Amino acid sequence: MRNAFRKAAALLAALGLAASLASCSPAAGGGTNTTAGTVTVYAAASLKTTFTELAASFEAAHPGTKVTLNFAGSSDLVTQITQGAPADVFASADTKNMTKLADASLLDGEPKDFATNVLEIAVPAANPASVSSFADLAKPGVKVVVCAPQVPCGAATEKVEKAAGTTLKPVSEESSVTDVLGKVISGEADAGLVYVTDVKTAGSKVKGIPFAEADQAVNTYPIGIVGSSKNKELARAFMELVAGSEGRKVLVDAGFGAP
Amino acid sequence: MTPSLRASRDASPNASPDGGGHGYSGVPRWLYLPAAVGALFVMLPLVAMLAKVNWGQFIPLVTSAASLDALGLSLRTSAASTVVCLVFGVPLAMVLARRPFRGQRLLRAFVLLPLVLPPVVGGIALLYTFGRQGLLGKTLELAGIQIAFSTTAVVLAQAFVALPFLVVSLEGALRTAGNRYETVAATLGAGPTTVLRRVTLPLVMPGLASGAVLSFARSLGEFGATLTFAGSLQGVTRTLPLEIYLQREADADAAVALSLLLVAVAVAVVGLSYRKPGRQVAA
Repeated sequence: MRNAFRKAAALLAALGLAASLASCSPAAGGGTNTTAGTVTVYAAASLKTTFTELAASFEAAHPGTKVTLNFAGSSDLVTQITQGAPADVFASADTKNMTKLADASLLDGEPKDFATNVLEIAVPAANPASVSSFADLAKPGVKVVVCAPQVPCGAATEKVEKAAGTTLKPVSEESSVTDVLGKVISGEADAGLVYVTDVKTAGSKVKGIPFAEADQAVNTYPIGIVGSSKNKELARAFMELVAGSEGRKVLVDAGFGAP
Repeated sequence: MTPSLRASRDASPNASPDGGGHGYSGVPRWLYLPAAVGALFVMLPLVAMLAKVNWGQFIPLVTSAASLDALGLSLRTSAASTVVCLVFGVPLAMVLARRPFRGQRLLRAFVLLPLVLPPVVGGIALLYTFGRQGLLGKTLELAGIQIAFSTTAVVLAQAFVALPFLVVSLEGALRTAGNRYETVAATLGAGPTTVLRRVTLPLVMPGLASGAVLSFARSLGEFGATLTFAGSLQGVTRTLPLEIYLQREADADAAVALSLLLVAVAVAVVGLSYRKPGRQVAA
């Protein structure tokens, strides 16, 4: 009897713990709860430098407020928000991921396009394979690394290939643009296709080579307010800062285009 | 005294005196609670994943060309890296277990390092060793050998993270086995190589087998070092974990289906090999 009771109690306690673990897991991705004065921004990884700067000036302009930033790949962020992560603002690196949130009725109002980005060829500073045009990337022996077609930069790469009429034979198709850039910086790859803004961020470690066909695949960055946000007023203020003239200036300085 | 009894005593010098006794199980009842929590903690996420599988699409998802390529590549590279681990890990474990020398503790610490290192760090380290601009990579490139973005790079990344598993298992088995039988064989006139082949290796075979299985399993799951060091190209470097990571971006159903496939393969590998040698592995 006693034995059975203890066993049952043990099992129940274990299940209880497991259940409480399960119930707190959705919140694990986000920061603090949206108390008054805090705005949580989920932004695409490529916005790291610009949004960090904009968040600082937002906090300066609104004393007592705090901007919490979470940077990751756009599709990861969409997954987190769909699973209940406490985001107030979402800034995506492409319209596709913003549409996913809109389709799931997780947005408040219409998203706003605030920046554009185009691809550029990145080569190591010494340019060992003497790449000077998009057509050079298809030459035999040139090790090219691109994004996989499943991710936004890879979709843009496919469009550009079609526009240029050149089919690339990449040695690797990475799942993020930072991985492509990393392989160019380390000199493993002779060239990579990344965004203009990535080349700018990398500084002197890589050389950027613009090409005409890049205009065929312009990536648009939309920003929107998450429907479950408890601080929509502050969220809207941040969105206006990003889409307004101050945001535009910071973004253009980083290499982004105007939508 | 049977070897296995002595082995279990030698293996755990600080176990309680009645821990390995006859008939006494030695598990206080209150231990079952944390044990149950521990078991649930491991199993619940797998159950949660099972619940997410889109069964209607499961077969087409796991039999797509990309999935089959990834699975085949994973099995091939893991087998290759297990061989690499055996070739270098067995001698390493022998040296660590049998001959005390200056710097042995330091060497052991270095060998075990990949166990605690985040795999991405391992990937970066490998990059600076075998990459085109790396320590050895430059020489290799002059010799016409290119490792970057090749299947060889995948095997290297896997062997790097899997080697400690083999060395730890085997070193433990060697210490447990002791060198009594080896000494006897030697006094009877057997040379060191004969002793290794006829006495030591048969004695530690269960430990060697479980070490090899663990290495294989670890290789199968390798992700971070491969992603950093080898790249990702279908059929060449995109192993199953990399394929899952990529599919997750576009098609969550495919990612879950492939995850289940990987779990099934891992369970099959570990389950199969832990059953065969029987009690000895557990000892």
